[in-house]
Amino acid sequence: MTRNDQQGARRRPGSAIAAPMQTIIAVSGLCKTYASGFQALKSVSLDIHQGEIFALLGPNGAGKTTLISIICGIVQATSGSVRVGGHDIVAGYRAARSLIGLVPQELTTDAFESVWATVSFSRGLFGRRESPQYLEKLLRDLSLWERRESRIRTLSGGMKRRLLIAKALSHEPQVLFLDEPTAGVDVNLRRDMWQLVRTLQASGVTIILTTHYIDEAEEMADRIGVISKGELILVEEKAELMRQLGRKRLTLQLQQPLPAIPPALAAHRLERSHDGSEITYTYDTQGEGGGILALLEDLSAAGIAFRDLQTTQSSLEEIFVDLVKDER
Amino acid sequence: MNLPAMRAIYLFEMARTRRTLLQSIVSPVISTSLYFVVFGAAIGSRIDEIDGVSYGAFIVPGLIMLSVLTQSVANASFGIFFPRFTGTIYELLSAPLSYLEIAASYVGAAATKSIILGLIILATAALFVPLRIEHPLWMLLFLLLTALSFSLLGFIIGIWADNFEKLQLVPMLVITPLTFLGGSFYSISMLPPIWQTVSLFNPVVYLVSGFRWSFHGVADVSVAVSLAMTLAFLAIFLAIVSWIFRTGYRLRS
Ligand SMILES: Nc1ncnc2c1ncn2[C@@H]1O[C@H](COP(=O)(O)OP(=O)(O)OP(=O)(O)O)[C@@H](O)[C@H]1O
Ligand SMILES: [Mg+2]
Repeated sequence: MTRNDQQGARRRPGSAIAAPMQTIIAVSGLCKTYASGFQALKSVSLDIHQGEIFALLGPNGAGKTTLISIICGIVQATSGSVRVGGHDIVAGYRAARSLIGLVPQELTTDAFESVWATVSFSRGLFGRRESPQYLEKLLRDLSLWERRESRIRTLSGGMKRRLLIAKALSHEPQVLFLDEPTAGVDVNLRRDMWQLVRTLQASGVTIILTTHYIDEAEEMADRIGVISKGELILVEEKAELMRQLGRKRLTLQLQQPLPAIPPALAAHRLERSHDGSEITYTYDTQGEGGGILALLEDLSAAGIAFRDLQTTQSSLEEIFVDLVKDER
Repeated sequence: MNLPAMRAIYLFEMARTRRTLLQSIVSPVISTSLYFVVFGAAIGSRIDEIDGVSYGAFIVPGLIMLSVLTQSVANASFGIFFPRFTGTIYELLSAPLSYLEIAASYVGAAATKSIILGLIILATAALFVPLRIEHPLWMLLFLLLTALSFSLLGFIIGIWADNFEKLQLVPMLVITPLTFLGGSFYSISMLPPIWQTVSLFNPVVYLVSGFRWSFHGVADVSVAVSLAMTLAFLAIFLAIVSWIFRTGYRLRS
């Protein structure tokens, strides 16, 4: 892809989202066995859509960083293939890597460099023409402009994190990887970071982030992938997950066990516990509401009394914990 | 070729030199001046001319070689080891850069530094002894080839080393002894015959000899042999570097 194409693509904000889904990263059958013999990835296949925010969740050591490192060219895959923007990451590594910006998990910086020098260096490394205006805007957006002459070692942890983002964005990539961008970041900065990610998405950048905070994935992601022990065990639209999440369950402990659900209550699709002492009603918080009220009326009309009730809501966290627990 | 990227690395490395000016330029110049005071003035005044050249002038090429060799290795090895050590290498590896471009940039910067250093030492030496360079172009060629070869060696060491100790090991245990025994301060012909033969196994002898010939027109071994040996080093180190590239040795896990 030529430079003009890239800029052209970035000048149409949001276009990628409106357009039919296009795959920007195609991972297929990716395996990684480290020299130690440890198998960190077991045949992972995944398509990332252009313009989406994809959150990769998984416990420590699941293989998130390994997956990202392979796509970015830092680690060699044992087998399988990855295409970025249609370019194979091995055969077409130049074109593939030009499209990618990476913010690593660790705060690795050249302590003695200045902010400005290191950001300029990053841009140069990706073969882009110097553009002081762009870099100025970038540093301003990340509230680093005032510190442009500072040596990196004099920055705080949060500033270093932002600096790494600036470095990753310095060459105007189409895909941005954020490996745990909000680890060790305070609440305000976290909000800022989310805002930044949304702005980037609006400008057409595809974002893949890893996180241990489920609320973050909930807040940000269009789709969520869960990886555990080197296997991708779930990839789902967040909306779909939220639909499951939006389910509430109302459980009524009855005064008298109910031998069977009376036909008058059939419309509520109740579940009866084994011994008939409890009935459970599942409903959607997002509407189709009034359900509980109607149920309670129907119950009293049917002469069914209960002594206690409780409601539960499955959270993404629960779904996640369940998934990962099953794998263990 | 990603020339802008190579330029970025090259300039970045040169900027590091400017920041560490004291360590990379001033200290070699001071130590060389000390050599001149000790060997050239104090001891040299009691040593006869060697091959018709005063001892002070005789040691100039050897001293330059000594610095160029050690500094090439030190600069290039540190240049690539440091990002590996701090982890910033992730950026190099994720950039649209070939191994060849990475190596050429680091080796180019290291070689440039040691050539500049060599010329500074030459200028310093001219303050102490009257100097005459008989074959200036050959002098520059030997300087260039040596700086390149040993910057390549440094690059190899910087990739091989996985801690600071190993980084210092090869220069300390191999390069320094070989340069001191390579005829920097004496002519091989001054040694007993048996040691003359042993010396011929020391690669540095050929570098120093060729370089000295370009200054004074006299040499321990023939110039053609010196040149061939210098080129042979270059070829060997290039071969090792290209092997590293083929295998991704220690750069990509
Ligand atoms: N260079 C390496 N050599 C050997 N094993 C490695 C190497 N790098 C990672 N591993 C192993 O591979 C597994 C996956 O590591 P990875 O860093 O991809 O996990 P992660 O999902 O990013 O975890 P975290 O949430 O802690 O960052 C871990 O068990 C780790 O110990
Ligand atoms: Mg990780």
